[in-house]
Amino acid sequence: MANAVLETRNLTKSFGALQVSKSISIDLLPGEIHAVIGPNGAGKTTLIHQICGGLRPDGGTIRFDGQDVTGLSVDARAAAGLARTFQISALAQENTVLENAVLGAAGAKGQGFRMFTPALERADLVDAARSALERVGLLDQQSRLVSELSHGQRRQLEVALALSLSPKAFILDEPMAGLGTEGSKRMTAFLNDLRLEAPILLVEHDMDAVFALADRISVLVYGEIIASGTVDEVRANPKVQEAYLGEAA
Amino acid sequence: MMQERTLNALVLAGLIAIPLFAYVTDEPFTITLATRTVILAMAAVGLNIALGLGGLVSLGHAVFFGLGGYAMGLLAYHAQTYTPLMEVPFLIEGTKSMPVIWLVAVIVSAFAALIIGYLSLRTSGGYFIMITLAFGQMFFFFAISWSAYGGEDGLSIYVRNGFPGLNTLDPIQFYAICLTLLAIVLWFASRLACSPFGLALNAARQSPDRVRAMGLDPFRLRLVAFVVSGAITGLAGALFADLNRFVSPAMFSWQMSGEIMILIILGGTGRLYGPVLGAIVFVTLEHTLGDISDYWLIFLGLLLLAVVLFAKGGLIGALSSRRTAHG
Amino acid sequence: MSLVLIAEQVLNGLQFGVMLFLMAAGLSLIFGVMGLINLAHGSLYMIGAFCAAAVAGATGSFVLALMAALAGAAVAGALVEVLVIRRLYNKDHLDQVLATFALILIFSEGTRWLFGSFPLYLNVPDILSGPVTLPGGIQYPLYRLVLIGAGLAVAGGLFWLISKTRIGIQIRAGENDREMIAALGVDIGRLYTLVFALGAALAGLAGALVGAIQSVQVGMGEPVLILAFVVIVIGGIGSIKGAFLGALLVGLTNTLGGIFLPEALKLMIEPAAATSIGASLASMAIYILMAVVLVLKPTGLFGARA
Repeated sequence: MANAVLETRNLTKSFGALQVSKSISIDLLPGEIHAVIGPNGAGKTTLIHQICGGLRPDGGTIRFDGQDVTGLSVDARAAAGLARTFQISALAQENTVLENAVLGAAGAKGQGFRMFTPALERADLVDAARSALERVGLLDQQSRLVSELSHGQRRQLEVALALSLSPKAFILDEPMAGLGTEGSKRMTAFLNDLRLEAPILLVEHDMDAVFALADRISVLVYGEIIASGTVDEVRANPKVQEAYLGEAA
Repeated sequence: MMQERTLNALVLAGLIAIPLFAYVTDEPFTITLATRTVILAMAAVGLNIALGLGGLVSLGHAVFFGLGGYAMGLLAYHAQTYTPLMEVPFLIEGTKSMPVIWLVAVIVSAFAALIIGYLSLRTSGGYFIMITLAFGQMFFFFAISWSAYGGEDGLSIYVRNGFPGLNTLDPIQFYAICLTLLAIVLWFASRLACSPFGLALNAARQSPDRVRAMGLDPFRLRLVAFVVSGAITGLAGALFADLNRFVSPAMFSWQMSGEIMILIILGGTGRLYGPVLGAIVFVTLEHTLGDISDYWLIFLGLLLLAVVLFAKGGLIGALSSRRTAHG
Repeated sequence: MSLVLIAEQVLNGLQFGVMLFLMAAGLSLIFGVMGLINLAHGSLYMIGAFCAAAVAGATGSFVLALMAALAGAAVAGALVEVLVIRRLYNKDHLDQVLATFALILIFSEGTRWLFGSFPLYLNVPDILSGPVTLPGGIQYPLYRLVLIGAGLAVAGGLFWLISKTRIGIQIRAGENDREMIAALGVDIGRLYTLVFALGAALAGLAGALVGAIQSVQVGMGEPVLILAFVVIVIGGIGSIKGAFLGALLVGLTNTLGGIFLPEALKLMIEPAAATSIGASLASMAIYILMAVVLVLKPTGLFGARA
């Protein structure tokens, strides 16, 4: 446990009377994919927000890469190497794929405030951007506007931007959403390789993908982790079957 | 339809050719109009960095225009009355040197933009508009009540400030100074728009979450953009005061803020030359319609309404072929 | 400085505050319900004042003048809403600012064209002119006292309208969830026109009431408009209660600042300088108040949303 890359301890969060996180403690170990599943409204998005810094928890701590990041802002956590993708693609739609990727590279290198040299004339940024695009298979689309991309291609670009941070951990929020069967398969294969780069906290509805990828699964129901363990352990857990799989079936 | 680049070149060629023609045919008033155009364009290029790239609808840029104007006014006033501007804690004398005045104008407006930006960028959308408008009004009333420097009547400067090696009282030479500065500002703005900072600022307008996830703070990006934007508008203000040899609280007024913004929308938001073309149209309308009718602002209002409701993209959008604008 | 003077200034501040409230309430409703930032609200204030001055000039009746102000501003508001404003609801703030700025130009120059550049005068009706003696021996103009009363009455009526009536429920629903009220079968187009006309009528009323103690002229609306924005920033967008308290706060700060700041400074520096610096500071006082609120509570004192 001591060498967890990311670790939450007793996170609690309420909106008024509604308790959306009830003392959540989960961790992410090097090299693993840890999936968080749960029915709609279980508090998965709230949990991600707290881990990434968009929401301040009412109580509990978040440690990342050996330091307490509970009080840090979203951008400070990102700069520290916590990379995320969004459930609904968040990209600069009016810009090209390459410009988005170059922005990613500039952010990763702490050069977002350089204003005298055109970004596309900076060989180091462009090279880093192209190699990230190449890894997700988007290099041939680099000159297109993001608004012209298909849904699947935007997902790929999200991952490319996350990659360009050279992150120490990935937080992926439903990367399979809207991809279709074929797309999901390709993304699954891709994520399987991505774990070699950095461990992945994966929030996902697509159970085939979760069961294929996850080393460990945590089940979140009504703001509470009701089970946590390997795929087989979680599948066999009667509480899970009752609360979640039973309901889904 | 033509390429935006061709249109830009035509605009620049016109800004060089027309005053030269006026110089040859001895029509100094035309040169003065062209100077006014170039200075207003510069103020709007400044605003366009915040507005077009950053999506920050500042209705208070007259603050920086006015501060630039008063920087010139105060320094030149103390130089012409041979009184020090300040004695404690250290002595500051007035000056009639344009480069010094420009530097002071840029620093003062950048500092004001830092404070106003820090306060108003805590909010967004409609709030931001109201707050920038209110800060503009604050400076307006302050200038009116500051009787030591003319209050409501403003300050007259009898002789235009000097620039080493040039006769600034010659209209064409002063115009050359202003046009050169505009060219430098445009060059800088074009570099900035496609720099990493420009990309990040533009992305922060479209998706702040994305920028945060890249480790960048949208607030800081916007604040820096606001400061750069204010500094450029402040420089334009100093030139504007030098053109008129007069500053008054009107430079701080909300109408002034509105006018600077109108220039951008007439030309085309987020386009490098939008403010320049907008300024040309504005000054031309002001001059020609103003001769025909005392109520020419009605026509400006109708034109503006038409552009907003029916011709998004402004004149450049209507005249050039490229449909999407990248800063 | 005597207590009488202070009491007088407090009343002046209240009077200014309630008139600001009439402006701010309409602006805040329009922003809250339609999401529209309306710079032309000051023009409606001006239209109200001009209608009142014209009708009072023709008939000599102050009551008719007030009714003309209400009707004129409401009709102008409804017309503008139908012709221009409704095309702006789905546009961004920049378009709204530019279009309503264009409306200011059209209204201001149009009024100048119709009435000329010289100010008109609207007289306080005889029955309301002259001072009254308040408890404590304070002499205070009756008309200003009536303004305070009228402003408070309108504020009360507005609270009642928003909290108790059917239309109020629709307005509040519109502030919270636009799709919801469409689903309830409310004609949104009509509701929006109505809210806009209501806001316009309040502005027009304020313009006419204030027009009787100041001059009626082109450009009178915008300074009040900007102060109303300050009120909204301080009070919080979409909150009538916030607009009310914000308006009183701004009214009192503005009036009392002009009196007390120079006096307070005189205790520290020589009188002539104190008077001039104090006047400058007083002109900035409400904006400094706004800045303080922004630092402490960016959404305003009563605002729930950013």
